[in-house]
Amino acid sequence: MNNLGRTAAQLLEEKSVALVLGFEEGSKGPRPFFCRKAEDAGRLILDERCNHNLATYLTKKELIGTDRVALTAHLPALRTILQLSAENQLSEDRLIVLTTNEKGEAVRFDRFEEISQYLADRPLELDPSDQKLIADLRKMTREERWNFWMAEMNKCVKCYACRAACPLCYCTRCVVEVNCPQWVQSWSAPLTNMEWQINRVMHMAGRCVGCGACKRACPVGIPIHLLTQSMMEDLNNEFGVVPGTPNEAGNVLSTYKVEDKENFIK
Amino acid sequence: MDEMSTNIYLPHLMVIEKITNEAPGVKTFRLKFKDEQEGEAFQFKAGQFGEYSAFGEGESTFCIASSPTRKGYIECTFRQAGRVTTGLSKLEEGNTIGFRGPFGNTFPMEEWKGKNILFVAGGIALPPMRCVIWNALDTRENFKNITIVYGAKSVNDLVYKEELKEWDERPDVNLITTVDPGGETPDWKGKVGFVPSVLEAVAPDSENTIAVVCGPPIMIKFTFPVLEKLGFKDENIYTTLENRMKCGVGKCGRCNVGKLYVCKDGPVFTKAQLNDLPPEY
Amino acid sequence: MMENLHISKRGLEKWLTQMIEADMHVFGPVHTSEKVDFQRLTSSEEVATDYVQTTQSVKRFAFPKAEVLFSYQKNGKETTLEEPDLKQIPETVLWKVRPCDVAGFAPLSGIFNWDYTDKFYNARREKLILISFSCTTCDEACFCTSVHGGPGNTAGSDIQITELPDGSVLVEVLTEKGSSIVKRFVTESEPAGEWVKENYLADVPVRFNREELHQKLATAFDSSVWKEQSERCLGCGVCAFVCPTCACFDIQEDAKGSSGRRIRCWDSCGFSLFTLHTSGHNPRTTQSARWRQRILHKFSYMPDRLNQTGCTGCGRCSRACPVDMNILEHLTSIANHG
Repeated sequence: MNNLGRTAAQLLEEKSVALVLGFEEGSKGPRPFFCRKAEDAGRLILDERCNHNLATYLTKKELIGTDRVALTAHLPALRTILQLSAENQLSEDRLIVLTTNEKGEAVRFDRFEEISQYLADRPLELDPSDQKLIADLRKMTREERWNFWMAEMNKCVKCYACRAACPLCYCTRCVVEVNCPQWVQSWSAPLTNMEWQINRVMHMAGRCVGCGACKRACPVGIPIHLLTQSMMEDLNNEFGVVPGTPNEAGNVLSTYKVEDKENFIK
Repeated sequence: MDEMSTNIYLPHLMVIEKITNEAPGVKTFRLKFKDEQEGEAFQFKAGQFGEYSAFGEGESTFCIASSPTRKGYIECTFRQAGRVTTGLSKLEEGNTIGFRGPFGNTFPMEEWKGKNILFVAGGIALPPMRCVIWNALDTRENFKNITIVYGAKSVNDLVYKEELKEWDERPDVNLITTVDPGGETPDWKGKVGFVPSVLEAVAPDSENTIAVVCGPPIMIKFTFPVLEKLGFKDENIYTTLENRMKCGVGKCGRCNVGKLYVCKDGPVFTKAQLNDLPPEY
Repeated sequence: MMENLHISKRGLEKWLTQMIEADMHVFGPVHTSEKVDFQRLTSSEEVATDYVQTTQSVKRFAFPKAEVLFSYQKNGKETTLEEPDLKQIPETVLWKVRPCDVAGFAPLSGIFNWDYTDKFYNARREKLILISFSCTTCDEACFCTSVHGGPGNTAGSDIQITELPDGSVLVEVLTEKGSSIVKRFVTESEPAGEWVKENYLADVPVRFNREELHQKLATAFDSSVWKEQSERCLGCGVCAFVCPTCACFDIQEDAKGSSGRRIRCWDSCGFSLFTLHTSGHNPRTTQSARWRQRILHKFSYMPDRLNQTGCTGCGRCSRACPVDMNILEHLTSIANHG
């Protein structure tokens, strides 16, 4: 059993946690694994293939309830945990976070401040190939860019896997699930699919940590992560929001000051 | 029009002939088919339901609350609760709505001939029963004793107030109305108490009697044990189930419970059938 | 009418090209960025070759992801309704579908014609010409043989093509529709001769016994297996939407002022809202209850009511699921251990 497994087994044996949320080997690579028994801890793995953002499960009350849990996190998940904590969705006393650093050593965080410090040396770097794609998109004319995205939206089936996989989409009643009034039509058609994505990206403003879960979840391969990533670039340029860390000045969408510049309103 | 070309999702156009305000938030629509021929050809049996359209909002599922013995119109009663019912509530007499139906199975009134019938209903659940009650009263000679136990949260929440008076005045119907404790008014002459307890006190005879029960889940939960205590067998207790529905014709999958579809195999079920169903309704 | 032909590689390309040039609506599997999916073909070279299965099924050609049921126009207190003209639907050739894709139309037809006939589905299905390619490869997600299907299963196909090692193909012409296609578009062919199709089919091992599964499921409602299997399920609609047999749908209103359309669109029993009542009561509040419904509906309720299994073993749901809810793994676990 590797280090991680031993730590997890110990936590379960001494009943420090009711559940270790980690990865196991699945039928096509690593998949989420809910380890509740010490003897199963040997199945836990954490390597560079483990890229699903397990923090998605932390806000599922029916799975976690009020139990104390441990979670094995990769870098994006660590960022997510800080963002969730900034949004009052997590309690430090009920979460132990485990990770492995670049040297393969097991690291354990009991306090969110510890995660902050760990991440301070590891700033979010946007994927260069994605950055190139975004740059290419920005070079297009508005019409070309619209046509590109509408062609992508034509493939969308409104399965909402992007929403389900995103750890920061935790609303118990999503805006598309409201029918009085029906803000976004629920069926799949290019324009209304675009409306859904615009909605999603706006709601991710300043919150997205660039984990890419949305892109990987999409069954038809739409590069929707480019939308949230370009949003991150915009926020950095316009408001100085550092991508991937909770904004100290407050949540971008819901914090307002009278002095906020409005020069983008034409 | 041959069957292959029938659009099962296309509603009949109905004109709202009369709107009755039954209780706060509760209305009854009397509807006439816009196309008279459709109206004349239309037939249904007690227990069946329809999908009623408020064009621009969508469809909602209500039972057909009038009796099949009365031709020329159908009625539905609904409470304003969500998008579609709010849309319907805004309409006036003369407006057009849609109706698809009749769907579902029926109360097997043929099998009840010669028996006593006990109706137990609560609040907004009287509408599905009203169809059967009127059907039974219109063919009164087919049945022996008819007892109706009906209750609501308060006097104001009782629906079909005019008809309750009519039923009360009939010598061949035993009507017991009740309101929840605290819901009575100073001049209230009926009983005070929850429907299950009033039922237990009235203690109708279960011998050769069919029980038809309809109400909110909490009322049903406490009424079934009372009926059991009074000696009613599960095969003789009937109820109508509500489940979220959309197509009404067994295709969209929404109302599927166990092997059954509430829109096709129901909505009328005996307690014996419910006992076999997984608790997913 | 059952005719078996042998066609060369070049002959096959010519056949496909003829159909495309005749302005037939021909759809075939095409590589798009990282996925393979059915798109309208403009040339025979677009057809994907080295893949096992497309991401989405072809059910959308008979059961689109959104379609108009009727449109309405309000005028004061009056309303008029108008139906879409289903005669405008063109003949559509689905080229290189798999036997499991074709098999998916059987339970779909069952649901859409059960008591009430759905003319939208029937009109579109009627216009489909299914030219399937038998499977010479498979992967670990495939399990058609466990649900009474197979890599060379011809049920429902109008024509089935089996690729031979030298690039030529065996062609089984199975229906009138298939025959008429061959007459119109095949210029080079010879009788099938000694080629034996079964020699070239993929080996898809049977992983569980369907009848045993059915028996186990009949008493499995309260089992703890549902919660165990569904813990990682995210409750999205991917599995239902890529599935060739899932037919659950929603009916919505596309309203714009005084006119609008009633739309039928895909839905999934996996969504939490699927069974939610307006009162707030939800018969299936947990993801495990919804997962249980998916399995029981496909493998227990549908076989009991419609005599159809709601699954063709295509494996798409397992491949597309973001968290590897591998249906084969789950079913095998229930069937073999119970």
